[in-house]
Amino acid sequence: MARITLDKVAHSYIAKPSDETDYALRLIDNIWDDGGAYALLGPSGCGKTTLLNIISGLLAPSEGRVLFDGKDVTDLPPEKRNIAQVFQFPVLYDTMTVFDNLAFPLKNRGFTKQDAKTRVLEVADILDLTDSLNKKAAGLSADAKQKISLGRGLVRRDVAAILFDEPLTVIDPHLKWQLRCKLKAVHEQLKLTLLYVTHDQVEALTFANKVIVMYEGAIVQIGTPQELFENPIHKFVGYFIGSPGMNFMPCKIDGNRAFINGSSIPIDDRVAELGENLTDNLEIGIRPLYLEVHATEVENSVPVTVKSIEDQGSYKIVTVRLSGNLLRARLDEKSVVPPEKAWIRFPKDWIRLYHKDKLLTLQSND
Amino acid sequence: MDKWKDNKAWFLVIPVFILVAFSAIIPLMTVVNYSVQDIFGPGNRLFVGTEWFKETLSDTRLHDALGRQLLFSGLVLLIEMPLGILIALMMPKKGWASSLSLVLIALPLLIPWNVIGTIWIIFTRPDIGLLGAAINGMGVAFDHTNSAGQAWITLMLMEVWHWTPLVALLAFAGLRAIPEAYFQAAKIDGASTWATFWYIQLPKMRGVLTIALLLRFMDSFLIYAEPFVLTGGGPGNTTTFLSIYLVKIAVGQFDLGPAAAFSLIYFLIILLFCWLFYQVLLNVGKGEKTS
Repeated sequence: MARITLDKVAHSYIAKPSDETDYALRLIDNIWDDGGAYALLGPSGCGKTTLLNIISGLLAPSEGRVLFDGKDVTDLPPEKRNIAQVFQFPVLYDTMTVFDNLAFPLKNRGFTKQDAKTRVLEVADILDLTDSLNKKAAGLSADAKQKISLGRGLVRRDVAAILFDEPLTVIDPHLKWQLRCKLKAVHEQLKLTLLYVTHDQVEALTFANKVIVMYEGAIVQIGTPQELFENPIHKFVGYFIGSPGMNFMPCKIDGNRAFINGSSIPIDDRVAELGENLTDNLEIGIRPLYLEVHATEVENSVPVTVKSIEDQGSYKIVTVRLSGNLLRARLDEKSVVPPEKAWIRFPKDWIRLYHKDKLLTLQSND
Repeated sequence: MDKWKDNKAWFLVIPVFILVAFSAIIPLMTVVNYSVQDIFGPGNRLFVGTEWFKETLSDTRLHDALGRQLLFSGLVLLIEMPLGILIALMMPKKGWASSLSLVLIALPLLIPWNVIGTIWIIFTRPDIGLLGAAINGMGVAFDHTNSAGQAWITLMLMEVWHWTPLVALLAFAGLRAIPEAYFQAAKIDGASTWATFWYIQLPKMRGVLTIALLLRFMDSFLIYAEPFVLTGGGPGNTTTFLSIYLVKIAVGQFDLGPAAAFSLIYFLIILLFCWLFYQVLLNVGKGEKTS
């Protein structure tokens, strides 16, 4: 169990990187707390796995240092770092039994048979693997195999952190939820530092206390699921998190109204202040969940044409056109949407302004 | 639904049928046909039933040849399999060095078999051969045409030199197909190089090694051209393997009936061994049944 410090870490797969685009991982300077459950979230190729491998020691960063509890481990190989890693697909020793698989890291570290057995039984109990201990690992289901991979990490008491590299990719959908709950339970029981790489926002948001959103080799935002949802500090976070992603429209601010190609909507005075002197690259953003759609005109609403209505079972996604911009609203299953013309209202509390893709925050202007 | 009246689709199967007929069925049935007849000349033949089979099975020279053949194949496999795996493990994995070593290792496989025999005749000649002269120069009398032991050693060396590359190439392909995550996990688990080999690389190579073993067994069991050129089955009969003996009967004495019966028995022996190897390899490591 350890606090992980990334001290100005950067990595490039090219020997002599010349500019920023040569870096798979741009400068990262961060501290991750002991016992935290962190999710690294981002699209494929954003540098998540590179970062994970740097922490596990499978990859040496081109620049910077990695510290566990203040101790520099940058030059230590994986086996000396006391980390455990669960990979995208189950990595097992096929010829061994489940018991031998779990005991393998201990055996390699010279534990006595008795000590290893005690520990393996404890871990098997935590992971509900006790019944299959004597079976060959090769014949088990994918989720049991992933639990064994995890178990090989848990058997070492001194393990500093457990790293997960998209561990649920090969798991059947109905078992994903179960395994995720198991992971969470294990985390709460053992208070380990967990680092979970995924491109699936649902996985990230349900699993982690803190989500680290990455984009093009850099960390764009670190926050709780709520923070990421309510105040995405970068347009990318707005798009990437939430289903569907956040709505953005170019706008201009005049007084306490935002003008979008002729239509105008009232916004909060303090928000308006942030954007009033900015003319270029100014965008208004709102989550589909907060957009209200009405069949008749209500106060502060603007008329739109309804383009499509998708019924998702428990909710509806309505796509409307507002002065040339397409907007999505997420509505209750029961709500009635007029087929052609409707009025939408932007609740002031949920309107965000973005300048050059970055959120304009109240604090920064105070 | 009515049965489809138009069965023209069957015509599409004809090419394959013809191909298999000419490549396998007709030749095999010809041999079967020969094996039950005594052939005196064209149009002059006599049905003899299983006589040739009985005769062949009780032929002591055939028993000796079979024994030599089994010993030869066994020794060859014992050397080539571990050696091939070892070479594959030591080969560079990436870059130009990898390509170069692949080409160099594959070279012996590209040489025609009778040329290999000729190369080794010259190579091992006690007077001018590089190897033969060198050994004699060191004070050891070496001439494989005189000594059965030395003939065997020379043949084994040639066989190992010729065919270990195949095992190495197959093992290398098997090794390269193992996902990197396995090695990463082994590193994290603190596994030694030996443990990594024993628990990851070897089990993951099982498929290609099965193929390598079957191919090497069949080829070494059928070996003809190289010993025929190098030793001609001698000195005496000490390197007369099954195929050499078979050709002596079929071509040398033109006893087509006995030769055909011999061929069929030969074929069945190979089939039997391949089946055995395959079954063993299929089940190795899965031994303990899950309870």
